[in-house]
Amino acid sequence: MNLKRTPLFSAHQRAGGKLIEFGGWEMPVQYSTITDEHLCVRRAAGIFDISHMGEVIVRGPSAEAFLNATLTNDIRKLAVGLGQYTLMCHEHGGVIDDLYAYRLGAQEYLLIINASRIEPDVAWLEQRLAAFPQRADVTLTNVSDLTAAVAIQGPKTPGLLDQLFPAESTGGTHVTKPSELKKNQIAQFAFAGQVVCVARTGYSGEDGFEVITPATLIEAVWDQALKLGHPFCLQPCGLGARDTLRTEVCYPLYGHELDENTTPIEAGVGYFVALEKGEFTGRTVLALEKAGGTKKRLIAFKMTDKAPPPRPHYLIWADGAQVGEVVSGTQSPSLNNGIGMGYVPPQFATIGGRIEIEIRGRRFAAEIVKKPIYKPAA
Amino acid sequence: MNTQVPADLKYAKSHEWLRVAGDVAAVGITDHAQHELTDVVFVELPAVGRKVKVGEACAVVESVKTASDIYAPVSGEVVEVNKAVSDNPALVNTEPYAGGWFFKLKVANAAEAGALLSPDAYKAQIGG
Repeated sequence: MNLKRTPLFSAHQRAGGKLIEFGGWEMPVQYSTITDEHLCVRRAAGIFDISHMGEVIVRGPSAEAFLNATLTNDIRKLAVGLGQYTLMCHEHGGVIDDLYAYRLGAQEYLLIINASRIEPDVAWLEQRLAAFPQRADVTLTNVSDLTAAVAIQGPKTPGLLDQLFPAESTGGTHVTKPSELKKNQIAQFAFAGQVVCVARTGYSGEDGFEVITPATLIEAVWDQALKLGHPFCLQPCGLGARDTLRTEVCYPLYGHELDENTTPIEAGVGYFVALEKGEFTGRTVLALEKAGGTKKRLIAFKMTDKAPPPRPHYLIWADGAQVGEVVSGTQSPSLNNGIGMGYVPPQFATIGGRIEIEIRGRRFAAEIVKKPIYKPAA
Repeated sequence: MNTQVPADLKYAKSHEWLRVAGDVAAVGITDHAQHELTDVVFVELPAVGRKVKVGEACAVVESVKTASDIYAPVSGEVVEVNKAVSDNPALVNTEPYAGGWFFKLKVANAAEAGALLSPDAYKAQIGG
């Protein structure tokens, strides 16, 4: 299979990135070590290539109504310059993708979708649009190949972003500098004579930003960020640290916590399912689950014995029986302890509950803990 | 990358080293291997008394990212394991040829050690 490469591929090679296959893409897993990059983001600042992620623009007088009928969160809550986490579900409630939706203009939305889900998402959106009564008032454009992005994450990033984009915003939320953006706000800034989008969001649990640019501009943003980033201890960070960071704060990753046979309620992200907004795809099943419960529940756990790190697909035991499976697991660099998430029947999903994780034929004790497993300093 | 390949050791293609002293040999993983793994966070050692065959998976080393098997470079009986590396797995990264050793074998067949790679052959394998 030919692996896809982002516009930052040669930048990763120059930075000494170790490249691996991820969802059909050749991406850096690490530059120094996962632990080093992870702690750098928790303490200072890290920059990640997220250009493999997909971008879809939805425009038109009925764009809001279409998205509200297709996504789980209430998109009417978005003022121009604001974004929200949301999900796209089947009628049976299974998750097609989890995504961020930003309102860029009165009738213009930007969807940031998972790299591995671009094709199924676009096919699903097109199919739903074809069945949407006001379809003539909505256009859907997949700009994934024309668009690139970096995530700049960590407590020191606001000062760095102000140097990277040192003028007031030209669109979206009006701010005089990026650090004035509040969580989930998005704004446009000028960079090298072109327009970039900066959103205050991320996938690390830390303060941070995502910068979305034309594909041809991203290398200049990356290089400039690294150049200005020295006083902020900015380091390039790979997918390895991205995964350990999000696991510590229990953010779901599609293909692990989420898939087409798992609902947002089971995955513990029911907060982003706005039943009160009216009809949307999957609502009937999700309403039943919110009221009556689910067959499985996502739990977070910490190893309590000295144990090898838990990994995806390891079995979960409780009361002497196999009750579920780990979906994400690692050695937490912040806690220096094995941590993970997994699905179990609801009767076992109790905070403080004792479980065991089977690792190479032996069972090691673990405790179900409240999410997030690790809480970053405010 | 300045990878260490000590001249007094024998090497397996699967990146273990063997230090022979009489009929007992210590086993660990190479500097190159620990560089590739990075961040060793767990080491699982064989039981003392276990008899292993050459090429048999008999220990596990885990980094943040993955678990990797360690193979016996020669056949023999496990006579000692390194408790220090089990308590402090980072020794595999910091001292791969000293404090980071895994276990010692009573060598069953000295000819197997002779069939392992020389330092130069191992350097050639890793492109050093």
